[in-house]
Amino acid sequence: MSKLKGWKELTPGGIITEAGNAREYKTGDWRTERPQVNKEKCINCLFCWAYCPDASVIVDADKGVMVGFDYDHCKGCGICASTCPAKAIDMIPER
Amino acid sequence: MAKVMGLTGKVMGLNGNAAVAYAMKQINPDVIAAYPITPQTDCVERFAEYVSEGLVNTQFVTVESEHSAMSACIGAAAAGGRVMTATAANGLALMWEMLYIASSMRLPIVMMVTNRALSGNINIHCDHSDTMGARDAGWIQLFSENAQEAYDNIIQAVKIAEDLEVRLPVMVTQDGFIISHAVEQVKVLDDDLVQEFVGAYKPAYPLLDVTHPVTYGPLDLFDYYFEHKRSQIEAIDNCFPVIRRVGEEFGKISGRKYDLLETYKLEDAEYVVVALGSTCGTAKEAVNLLREKGKKVGLLKIRCFRPFPKEEIIKALVPRRGVAVLDRSVSFGGFGGPVFTEIRSALCDAPARPFIIDFFYGLGGRDIYVEDIEKALLQIEDVVQKGQVDQYIGYLGLRE
Amino acid sequence: MTKPLEIRWHGRGGQGVVTASRILAEALLREGKYFQAFPEYGPERMGAPVKAYNRVSSTPINIHSGVTNPEIVVVVDPTLFGAVNVLEGLGNDGIIVANFPEPPAKLRELLGFTTGTVVTVDASSISREILGRVVVNTPMLGTLCRVFQEVRIDTVLEAVRSQFGEKLRPEVIEKNLTCLKRAHEEAQVG
Repeated sequence: MSKLKGWKELTPGGIITEAGNAREYKTGDWRTERPQVNKEKCINCLFCWAYCPDASVIVDADKGVMVGFDYDHCKGCGICASTCPAKAIDMIPER
Repeated sequence: MAKVMGLTGKVMGLNGNAAVAYAMKQINPDVIAAYPITPQTDCVERFAEYVSEGLVNTQFVTVESEHSAMSACIGAAAAGGRVMTATAANGLALMWEMLYIASSMRLPIVMMVTNRALSGNINIHCDHSDTMGARDAGWIQLFSENAQEAYDNIIQAVKIAEDLEVRLPVMVTQDGFIISHAVEQVKVLDDDLVQEFVGAYKPAYPLLDVTHPVTYGPLDLFDYYFEHKRSQIEAIDNCFPVIRRVGEEFGKISGRKYDLLETYKLEDAEYVVVALGSTCGTAKEAVNLLREKGKKVGLLKIRCFRPFPKEEIIKALVPRRGVAVLDRSVSFGGFGGPVFTEIRSALCDAPARPFIIDFFYGLGGRDIYVEDIEKALLQIEDVVQKGQVDQYIGYLGLRE
Repeated sequence: MTKPLEIRWHGRGGQGVVTASRILAEALLREGKYFQAFPEYGPERMGAPVKAYNRVSSTPINIHSGVTNPEIVVVVDPTLFGAVNVLEGLGNDGIIVANFPEPPAKLRELLGFTTGTVVTVDASSISREILGRVVVNTPMLGTLCRVFQEVRIDTVLEAVRSQFGEKLRPEVIEKNLTCLKRAHEEAQVG
């Protein structure tokens, strides 16, 4: 995390002027289990992408296929694994 | 209506509510969201008429409560609109949490408050407990002595609130019924002149500017909340020069110059009464009567209560021998009313500070007469002559 | 600064004393006077005794307290004499202007008011005859003009026209003006 600013450096009213800066806040270290996809079983239905509460499922939009996870932001909640109809996602303990 | 007076404009017979509604019409804000409450109702009703007659371009948002009124104002102001509203008493109380949101987000909303007692028991008449209760909410507060000042203050409030050095909400008050429902002479400016004075509104970070997206009101915990409050303290403390400059500029177009305070026969006064709102007019008569009897008395009228103009108050009061503060609201369990507490605190370190006593008066619309104010001034004279205060807190117009 | 002249209006909720005080204010505005017009504040209750006030001055008026010692009292409803003390705060040289079907001497007797000035007019009958119903505020403005020197009756007529212009049909306004003028002529001063 960058150095915290003093009060004189802040925007009026504390508004945030950069769009999408939630990306800078890495939540990947909140995880105790990580999702792992077995692409041989995966049917690219994209349920995991639709259900992920943290927008951490990476999809190749041109090909329409699920390619993996954004481990910087995935919190390891396991929703992707439980919604996967092909049982292609396993939750592996973090070490 | 009648004839041309002053620099330009005309003289009308308007009550305080109508004068403010007229000013709002001339300002022609983008959005007004308001809910009716006595004694403010008359003001928003008149404005609604202007809307239905097509005399303004304002989007009038009718809401189901004052909480929603202020919420709608906040949304509209964040979106980039010039936004106004009006309320009173319990309506202001219902806005409470949203008042803090508006000031924290630095939104230049202008609100007229028709001062009224906060129940209970239920009462619709004037006292200052509503706006005094909101004095810590981060809004600028300008008090008006009469309908003319309510009109003038609303127009200035827009320019003060929107100044890039300020960007804070402003509350303009007038005493419920005493001013809001009394028809008096009001000199109004020409529409064009008002428009020119307030100028086109340039929002600072409008939500509707989709090419520069911004976020208002994000979660703010122990990492930044304190720093944000500190910058808010700085913002309101820095308003004095802007309030004064706008008051001077307004003087140039209207012939009526405004400052943070107004003094009346204060230059050589030994005993001073301090008041806010309509009571100041009555106090001027009391000062005149006592002057005729040879008493060196004067009035200090506080127009700008937030931010509190401590330097100017010290300058005005330190050379005096005694000060009688009139408080039209109670701080239950406190040491005197809010005006008294603040003034005593400001004078605490003054080298030769005057004796200061407080009088509660006028709660729930109890009338205050010239004789009451004379009594307060004579009492502080008595304290000074005795050289000691026997009673810090007194009451005017109360039955024992 | 001279003390402003003060007027107290007595009526019942719905009889238009607040409107009368406002019309007078507008007339005073047209005369270039300083003025105030304000009701006895409170919830409006049809039929209950209500009061309204005017202050008049040739210099700006600062005072914002209630009127306690009026120079003139106007009573628009004759049934109020038994219900309220219309003499309250009125000095010995005060003026009473009343809607009262009998001459001033009778009203003096009823009130025990032996000094000052009393003006009476049967405004209820005038208004019933001209308007077909009892609307007493406009005729009482005309009656007031007999003793109130700060404003000309023509200015009051203009003010009535202006205040009612958007609310009433032209013929109703004209009838109100006729009532006002007739009450002014028929009023007895004694």
